[in-house]
Amino acid sequence: MRVGMTLNGAAQDHEVEPRTLLVHYLREACGLPGTKVGCDTSSCGACTVLVDGESVKSCTMLAAQADGASVTTIEGLARDGELHAVQAAFHEQHGLQCGFCTAGMVMATVSLLEENPHPTERDVRLGLEGNLCRCTGYHNIVRAVLAAAQSTP
Amino acid sequence: MIPAPFEYERADSADAALALLAEHGDEAKLIAGGMSLLPLMKLRLAVPTVLVDVGRLDDLSYVHDGGDHVAIGALTRHRDLETSALLGAECGMLRAVAAEVGDNQVRHRGTIGGSVAHGDPASDLPAALLALDATFVARGPAGTREIAAAQFFTGFLETALGADELLTEIRVPKTGANGFSYQKFNRRAQDWAIVGAVAVQVHGAARVALVNMGPTPLRATAVEAALAAGASVTEAAARAAEGTEPSSDLNAGVEYREHLARVLTRRALEAAGA
Repeated sequence: MRVGMTLNGAAQDHEVEPRTLLVHYLREACGLPGTKVGCDTSSCGACTVLVDGESVKSCTMLAAQADGASVTTIEGLARDGELHAVQAAFHEQHGLQCGFCTAGMVMATVSLLEENPHPTERDVRLGLEGNLCRCTGYHNIVRAVLAAAQSTP
Repeated sequence: MIPAPFEYERADSADAALALLAEHGDEAKLIAGGMSLLPLMKLRLAVPTVLVDVGRLDDLSYVHDGGDHVAIGALTRHRDLETSALLGAECGMLRAVAAEVGDNQVRHRGTIGGSVAHGDPASDLPAALLALDATFVARGPAGTREIAAAQFFTGFLETALGADELLTEIRVPKTGANGFSYQKFNRRAQDWAIVGAVAVQVHGAARVALVNMGPTPLRATAVEAALAAGASVTEAAARAAEGTEPSSDLNAGVEYREHLARVLTRRALEAAGA
């Protein structure tokens, strides 16, 4: 079946099997490997992307369900070579260790701050409950999210 | 992990969904958000050959004031429940429980109708709706019918919905700001409840339902009867495991689940002001 969407602002249209998961559509059909397959059971959040502005786990969504939607991945955040405020905050606060969970953490954070621009530390920890960091680098991740919230008006 | 192959049909109306179900019969499965169904399909525990996507039936996504009740469209997402001012004012318990489902990503996609139709005893919303004596509205070839929550959950992942029916609306009583509490016990924040207890005051009486204490969500009828007969919260909660059939698994054995049911029921009743 044909599945098309606006991905990071550009039109995509590919012939895929109906069972194609969104994460595989993004990585394989569209060639954007920034979105990671982690646990593949909707637990870890490494595959988090934005669908129509809201965080979803792309390993637990069919590409067909996103047909016609606007999808943003980690590759779509930076503008004109300038990191997104959340990316910059993760960089500055060292909000990563091995980096495998980072794309999902950043995308979940963008969605979280959209819904709650001025979260408390508790809000951040609850808001990221769907994202696991197996290096257990949570303290700096939370610091990065709070810094990102402060850096944007 | 990738689901087994299937044919994908997108319904653009409730009528179209019913026609597709009639056409494909038992082979077809409805998908809304897919938060319960897709993981099962990826594990090949569910292998539907036709998937009917009702996820875009936006006219079934609403929270309305129905007069003596709150009417919730089956396609309403958990995120829309947990941010609904109307639901907060008229049935605060359901809004609070919706906020406990999964994580942000799951609540952006998952729907109340999908959770109910899936009928998982470990899910949060079915037990909450059972405690509220909710009414489920289903549409099928023969028209529309109402099903009481007490008759809806018939077995493990089994409900009173027919294979040719579409759940369209959930109606809950207006409990306003009445006391309520949901005590969810799990290992990780995003996990299903190992055991959960939800208590709410409706029409002056305390109602209690249990999560993951049997093949279906359960009302703690012995607890409710004891409270009605004048027992203290502690005395009543001690009867929470009566009539339950919890399973034993990696997380907890039967005895531990029974213990949790009693403790969580007591905490829920205390927090609900029973």
